[in-house]
Amino acid sequence: MSILIDKSARVLVQGITGRQGAFHAKLMMDYGTDVVGGVTPGKGGEWFEGKPVFDTMRMAVETTNADVSLVTVPARFAADALLEAADACIKLVICLTEHIPVADMMKVIAFCRRRGTRLIGPNCPGVMTPGQAKVGIIPAMVATAGNVGVVSKSGTLTYEVGFAMKNAGIGMSTIVGIGGDPVIGTTFVDILEMFENDPETEKVALLGEIGGSAEIAAADFIKNSMTKPVAAFVAGRSAPPGKRMGHAGAIVDGGEGSAEEKILALEAAGARVAANPEEIPGLLA
Amino acid sequence: MKLHEYQSKFLFRDYGIPIPKGQVAASPAEVYDIASEIGGVVVVKAQVHVGGRGKAGGVKLARDAEEARQHAEIILGMNIKGLTVERVLVDPGADIKQEIYLAITNDRGAGKPLIITSMEGGMDIEELSRERPDAIIREHVDPIMGLQDYQKTFIASAMGMPRAQWRAFGKILSSLYVCYSERDAELAEINPLVITAQGELLAVDGKVIIDDNALYRQPALTAERDTSGEPESERQAREAGITYIKLDGQIGCMVNGAGLAMTTMDMTKLYGDADGIGPANFLDIGGGASAGQVAAALRIILSDDNVKCVLFNIFGGITRCDEVAHGILTAYNEVKPDAPMVIRLQGTNAAEGNKIIDEARIPNLISAETLTEAAQRAVAAVKEGG
Repeated sequence: MSILIDKSARVLVQGITGRQGAFHAKLMMDYGTDVVGGVTPGKGGEWFEGKPVFDTMRMAVETTNADVSLVTVPARFAADALLEAADACIKLVICLTEHIPVADMMKVIAFCRRRGTRLIGPNCPGVMTPGQAKVGIIPAMVATAGNVGVVSKSGTLTYEVGFAMKNAGIGMSTIVGIGGDPVIGTTFVDILEMFENDPETEKVALLGEIGGSAEIAAADFIKNSMTKPVAAFVAGRSAPPGKRMGHAGAIVDGGEGSAEEKILALEAAGARVAANPEEIPGLLA
Repeated sequence: MKLHEYQSKFLFRDYGIPIPKGQVAASPAEVYDIASEIGGVVVVKAQVHVGGRGKAGGVKLARDAEEARQHAEIILGMNIKGLTVERVLVDPGADIKQEIYLAITNDRGAGKPLIITSMEGGMDIEELSRERPDAIIREHVDPIMGLQDYQKTFIASAMGMPRAQWRAFGKILSSLYVCYSERDAELAEINPLVITAQGELLAVDGKVIIDDNALYRQPALTAERDTSGEPESERQAREAGITYIKLDGQIGCMVNGAGLAMTTMDMTKLYGDADGIGPANFLDIGGGASAGQVAAALRIILSDDNVKCVLFNIFGGITRCDEVAHGILTAYNEVKPDAPMVIRLQGTNAAEGNKIIDEARIPNLISAETLTEAAQRAVAAVKEGG
């Protein structure tokens, strides 16, 4: 087992004929993901690598019986694509797109909740269950199958830690990038709860960063509801307050969201917090 | 994007929120004219993107136009926390009976708009939360349905607003919500919203921050952007599509990905802090890291005179390290920096990438295998350079 996706996931790619969409859809298929088709308005009836392209999500879901969708469309169209996915009652939608206005995301999240659709992202690298499937852009080479669950706000930092774990002989159950935006569909707590309930996950690595209070909520959850050990890293100890560090959500605002307060909360909750991400494999051994 | 007080208040006025009948001026003569037109007591307020301008002497009360002109002589051109005052707002003095705090902001945790209000306005919200948390009312708005009338009644009642002002307050609340939504604000704040001696409500100070990701659909606001508080290097980077933030250390950092970029900064501080060494910048080169992009980023990093060493930390996922290595060499030959460069390539084709760097045999290129090693070598290079 794993969380969110496994080899039975039937995946649609929204924006499959775009440059990014096509490139990553192909890599996902090469990895063994069951990509059953794609959606690009105005290109219905075309084919991509032997899979059908549809004009609308409703048509695509009805025809392919897909249960997962990946949104790769540009920021101006992404919120609409997400609403369309939720309206088609897809179970899980993963959004890679960065720079979607927060006002749009708040509406999307409210609508997904109403439709029972789980949203991962936006502004995230996606989800990978090593050896089974990947939905998103996480490179195949950063992970092998195993029993450590990884949840992270960032992309390349996750690859870095995943690669270090792989080199140390530690495998992963599922890797989830929840995204670096201020308002996201799925939080650390949601994913920690899934890992806690997943029999194949024995330990968890959490990679947080400055901004907001999601790591504080995660610390509360670790303290009160988790039995599995957690190793953590929080990026941005050296970041100045009031500045947005690349990710829209990575900002220490009005004294809230600093790395120090998050590290203290995670340590107090019993998580082992690394000062250097290269120490994480050691903390999980 | 932050709006100035006058921009925020004029925006509020467009949405029907009552504000003082003030005007903006860039010279003492203009201030004199505006103050004469208003007549009586006026306030001269510096328009700069920093907090605490009142304490810094940037806000002054004047009894007449001549005194307003004298204040303007001092305030215009004044330096407040590193920013020069180029404009002042001249507002009529208000007869204040009560100061109220009112703001609408994005609640990150809940993923919903949040109204925050209190009858104890005037001080900033962090201070208010610390000192009088019970005096603050918080109410979420459903982002799909918008603000409902019953919520306005609830808020006015719960905060202890006098009944005589409920109607006027409800109208301001609705207008502020529409302004916040239509203008893609991440914060729309009135502080203070005052009840005057005549029982009228007036937005005396305002602050609006617009979501940068929504600026493409806010052309009128984008046109008003004031970049005078932004360092030149950050402006250049923004225009080149590179995310760069200047810091005050000695190690220039060039990294792919925001999370890894922050982590790389942290590592230079972790190993250098004891010697007063740390990161000179945050820089996310993004995906791809082509030679052109690397060269542009390298120039921006080196435009900072404090930089004594440049640290490249690239994790090749989809990007291949051998391609990045060629990009770095091309950029090196174009820019020819004197500062030593520590290069750490990891991930896809890392061995090939490092081989390309090593074979180039450039004396001040130092390769490193792990992030720890890279950070330590960069710190050592700064120490050696004195």
